[in-house]
Amino acid sequence: MITLSHYLFVAAILFAIGLTGVIVRRNILIIYMSLEMMLSAANLTLVAFSRFRLDNGLPDYNAQALVFFTITVAAAEVAVGLAIIVALYRARQSVDVDAVTKMHG
Amino acid sequence: MPAPLFYFFAAITLIFGIMVVTSRNPVSSALSLVMCFSGLAALFISLDAYFIGIIQILVYAGAVMVLFLFIIMLLDIKSEEVKVPRMGILAGGVALALLFTVQMFTLFAGYEEGKVALADRPLALEAAAKDAPLVGMQKDLNSGTLPDTKLMGYTLFHKYPFHLQAAALLLLAGTVGVVVLSRRDKDKEDAA
Repeated sequence: MITLSHYLFVAAILFAIGLTGVIVRRNILIIYMSLEMMLSAANLTLVAFSRFRLDNGLPDYNAQALVFFTITVAAAEVAVGLAIIVALYRARQSVDVDAVTKMHG
Repeated sequence: MPAPLFYFFAAITLIFGIMVVTSRNPVSSALSLVMCFSGLAALFISLDAYFIGIIQILVYAGAVMVLFLFIIMLLDIKSEEVKVPRMGILAGGVALALLFTVQMFTLFAGYEEGKVALADRPLALEAAAKDAPLVGMQKDLNSGTLPDTKLMGYTLFHKYPFHLQAAALLLLAGTVGVVVLSRRDKDKEDAA
C-alpha cells in the first residue's frame, strides 16, 4: 500500500543525495547536475501533494502549474549556467571549483 | 500503480541518483542522471500527473541532459584523476545529508495526512464532470479518462496567463544571455 509518506521519503532521500553532491564534488558540471536533482525532488513533493489533496475529485492543478513553471525556470537556468561554465573553462582551462579561487578574500 | 512498481521506480531513481554523485566520469554521471529522471517521470505518472511526467522526460531527460552531454564533450573533460579526497568536506557533506534525512523522517513519522494511501483517495471523475468547464473535458471525464493535459492547459491559460508570459520572457532573456555569454570577444582577440 503506497502512501503519501512513501513519495515524500523518496523525495527527501533524492534531495539529500543532491545536497551531498553539491557539497562533496569538485567538478562544477556534477555540482550542477546535483542541483537539478534537488529541484526535481522538490517537484516530486509538489506533484505528490497535488494528487493527495483532491479538489472536486481531481488532482490540484495549481501545484502542477507550479511544477511546470519550475521546470521552465530550471531549463533557462541550465542554459545560462552552462554558458557560464563554458566561459569559465575558456578562462581557466578547468571545470574544477578549486581553480576558481580569485574571489577569496 | 501496484506497490512493486513503485518500489522498482523509486529504486531506479535513488540508485542512479547515487551514481550521479559517485561516478568519476562526467559522461556516466550525466547518463545516470537521465535514468534518474526517467524513474522520476514514472513516479509522476503513477501520481496521475501524465503531462508533468512527459515534460520531465522531454525537457529534463531529453533537452537538458543533451545540453549537459554536449558541453561535457565540447570541453573534452577527462574523468577526474584520482585526487586525495578531502576527508573533512566528504564527512561534512555526508553528515549534513544524513542529518537532513533523519530530520525529514522524524517529521514525516508524525504527519497524520502522510498515512493516507493512494487507493483511499480515488479520483472522482464522473462527479467532477458536472463542473468541467469545457465540453471536451466533460466527455473525457464521463468516459472515465482523466483529461490531464486539457486540465493543465486550462489552469495555465485561465488562472496563470501572466505567469506564463513571464516564463516566456524569461526563456527569451535566457536565450539572449547565453548568446552574449558564449560570444568570443573579437576586440580582445585582435589585441592579443
